[in-house]
Amino acid sequence: MTEQTKVTTLEKVVVRFSGDSGDGMQLTGTIFSNLSAIFGNEISTFPDYPAEVRAPQGTLSGVSGFQVHLGSRKIFTPGDKADVLVAMNPAALKVNVKHLKQNAIVLIDTDSFKKSDLEKALFTTDDPFTELGLTGVQVVAAPISTMVKDGLADFGLDNKSALRCKNMFALGLVCWLFERPLEEAMHMLQTKFAKKPVIAQANIKALTDGYNYGHNIHASVSTYRIESKKAAPGIYMDVNGNKATSYGLIAAAEKAGLQLFLGSYPITPATDILHELSKRKDLNVITVQAEDEIAGVCTAIGASFAGCLAATSTSGPGLALKSEAIGLAVIAELPLVVIDVQRGGPSTGMPTKSEQTDLLQALYGRNGECPAVVLAAATPTDCFDAAYWAGKLAVEHMTPVILLTDAFIANGSSAWRLPDLENYPEIKPNRVSNYKEDKVWKPYRRDKETFVRYWAIPGMEGYMHRLGGLEKDYDTSAISTDPANHQKMVKTRQAKIDKIADFIPEVEVIGDEDADLLIVGWGGTYGHLYEAMEIMHEQNKKVALAHFRFINPLPKNTAAVLSKYKKVVVAEQNNGQFANYLRSKVDGFTPYKFDRIKGQPFIVARLVEEFTKILEA
Amino acid sequence: MAEELKYQPKDYKSDQYVRWCPGCGDHAVLNCLHKAMAEVGVAPHNMAVISGIGCSSRLPYYMNTYGFHTIHGRGAAIATGVKTARPDLSVWLITGDGDCLAIGGNHFIHAVRRNVDLNIVLFNNKIYGLTKGQYSPTSDRGFVSKSSPYGTVEDPFIPAELTLGARGNFFARAIDVDLKNTTDILAASARHKGASVTEVLVNCVIFNNGIHKQITDKEFRAERTIFLRHGEKMIYGANNDKGIVLDGLKLKSVTIGKDGYTLDDVLVHDAHCKDNTLHLMLAMMSGEMPVALGIIRDVDAPTYDEAVHEQIKEVQAKMPSRTLKEFLMSGETWEIK
Repeated sequence: MTEQTKVTTLEKVVVRFSGDSGDGMQLTGTIFSNLSAIFGNEISTFPDYPAEVRAPQGTLSGVSGFQVHLGSRKIFTPGDKADVLVAMNPAALKVNVKHLKQNAIVLIDTDSFKKSDLEKALFTTDDPFTELGLTGVQVVAAPISTMVKDGLADFGLDNKSALRCKNMFALGLVCWLFERPLEEAMHMLQTKFAKKPVIAQANIKALTDGYNYGHNIHASVSTYRIESKKAAPGIYMDVNGNKATSYGLIAAAEKAGLQLFLGSYPITPATDILHELSKRKDLNVITVQAEDEIAGVCTAIGASFAGCLAATSTSGPGLALKSEAIGLAVIAELPLVVIDVQRGGPSTGMPTKSEQTDLLQALYGRNGECPAVVLAAATPTDCFDAAYWAGKLAVEHMTPVILLTDAFIANGSSAWRLPDLENYPEIKPNRVSNYKEDKVWKPYRRDKETFVRYWAIPGMEGYMHRLGGLEKDYDTSAISTDPANHQKMVKTRQAKIDKIADFIPEVEVIGDEDADLLIVGWGGTYGHLYEAMEIMHEQNKKVALAHFRFINPLPKNTAAVLSKYKKVVVAEQNNGQFANYLRSKVDGFTPYKFDRIKGQPFIVARLVEEFTKILEA
Repeated sequence: MAEELKYQPKDYKSDQYVRWCPGCGDHAVLNCLHKAMAEVGVAPHNMAVISGIGCSSRLPYYMNTYGFHTIHGRGAAIATGVKTARPDLSVWLITGDGDCLAIGGNHFIHAVRRNVDLNIVLFNNKIYGLTKGQYSPTSDRGFVSKSSPYGTVEDPFIPAELTLGARGNFFARAIDVDLKNTTDILAASARHKGASVTEVLVNCVIFNNGIHKQITDKEFRAERTIFLRHGEKMIYGANNDKGIVLDGLKLKSVTIGKDGYTLDDVLVHDAHCKDNTLHLMLAMMSGEMPVALGIIRDVDAPTYDEAVHEQIKEVQAKMPSRTLKEFLMSGETWEIK
């Protein structure tokens, strides 16, 4: 033990809270990340919970984690490995070994590291640190349970209720490590337990006790200071991708002057969109929890026919079930937003883990020539803009739009500067009132430039019409099996989607204009790819990043961007789906490929290593 | 009377050539629907006719209303979306025994359970016609078809039993050859608030000709069917001398004036009774008992579509936010200056 406090100033630090799924680690992590954001740090978070609702206490399968990455400069990912780990039991320690930096600080509750606890986590010796080979870590071993019980002796709580406050003691200790004032945390606890003042006070007491304990033993470990930084002025809130997606849809409906309708069936990791929109009846949102995935999309298609901005939310297996109905929306040319929060596949796969493996399903997974717009969101907060765009393109171009997010950005959160909605682009449905031609209106008559048909909504006198899944005549809109007409309709539906390239932004290249290597990505890997690029810049390597949000149609400058650089690597969490798609769209494009399909986010250090190899090859 | 109607049957008729086979029972039901709508007086532009896939599902093309011919079995789910989005519309679901009870069975029972205010017309010809003659979920055990050359080895659904089992509040049974009553039933279904199921026994002249002959032919109809009317005695027969009585816990057909039975013993039909026990017994009558036609059950209950919108109003009365911006500002936010 040294005698003086070592305060280390860092640019960024990764903290991981880990415990039993009943230990309240998600709440602890959320409070810590919120108060860090308020303090002025950049944050990015990622919850990592088991698929089981409640696995047996103390076992490896029951470990629930929450990782926070905070920094004084832009943070894009929840971080690769933790600088600080809070392990509430031996199982949490064991599960997180691979997520730890060599010299990390590990904070444990010694009361939960008894022989029986170690056995539950399948340790064979009584020294878990040596057994795991964790020789470089600094351990802060505190009898948390005992201290919490003693500290709350006067509260009249039963043993179980008192022990529920352990997580706040741990939080207090972490707050001390990071020099975080407790006021905001206290405020949050008071709000959370507003209806249970005793519980609120008990939690605050445990929090304070934890902080003071840290203060009293402060000589034993390093403490960290993350300088706060001046973020862009504005009102901020903490938001995860699923919430941001929900808000983006609401914003699009508001802008378009349409009622928002969501038809959905519960599925991990997309269900939070259904939860959030079900709460938003104050904003006039209709939600239907349907009897199955197919009914989820079908109720949405019905609502779209009836004049709503209609959406359905799902994950990969659900998208598979919805394919036929999406085809109906394609041929009926109705607006529809389909959100696919991708998870590990195939089949049930790994429901709580993240992947980018549904790209080709979104692009091509339907019978017939069946083009739909495909978008992908880049970060938790970008889900807002991506969902807004999905709504905009759907109603303005009378087409289904599939928005791909993933478990990683759906559950991950970061500080979000509330958008200035007045400055968002207009959303103007192509209503039948826009039809100005001399020929009598028919449902499949279209705008000559965009090929978009005009939207007539039930209840409008004089516009009664029949839509359907059968091919229709280009002119009369009656059922037709005429060969030439079918060819024309197939080509027209494709041309309508291709034409959307005129209405979307070009893909932006970030980084060195004369880069030796262009990194290409799409969707939720943006943060990791960006960080990898930044690190390579620090190493004086010339790299650039082109990250795609618009996938079908591709931005107009795609071919120009991809052919400009000598070396291009497409990095994605699948078997090269986007790389192969780009090859089919850009003649002569032969990129390097980097893929990882482990259900976990990319590791920035690995990306840097791989990209450097390609650069030097 | 017809002169006083705001709309005429022709107002609901589209200009499309009707492509069902000559002699198909569907033609008659279409005409009945045109008449029923004129009688109810819903403006054609306030009517949305949704269907799945199958012969009967072509019907929306023959209606001069809003129409949507969708995909196999999913009509109930799509119609649920239409009605939930727009309770002001009169929403119809046109479906067949395969579309509704095989591939679309799940959507059907849930639309009925939720009590979405849909008018469901189930064309039951006990066969797959469009795919040219396979047995359907309503085909009787042992039925021989192209896909059951040695007879089926499965029991059929009875649509009434399924509807009531799904807690349905309106069930009627009609026959394609009885235009007057079918029109009346469809009008009643339109007026009923909540999911209404009208099973129409229709003939498939090509693949299942005469399947309902024992019930629908004039020569048998009086003796083998009973037309139920709310508030009236359950009487039938060529001479109106037969009646339905309760015998212990079972229904029994008796001849009035015989075996000591008088008219007083004959049951009075109460379609509005909340308890569906008797409705189910009536709907299941077969064999020695006459097949029940008419409106068997017609009970008021809260509808899903209205409840969805009422709940929105209730929440809005308690919560002040009306725009996303207002809502976001009311949450946990912080300001950076």
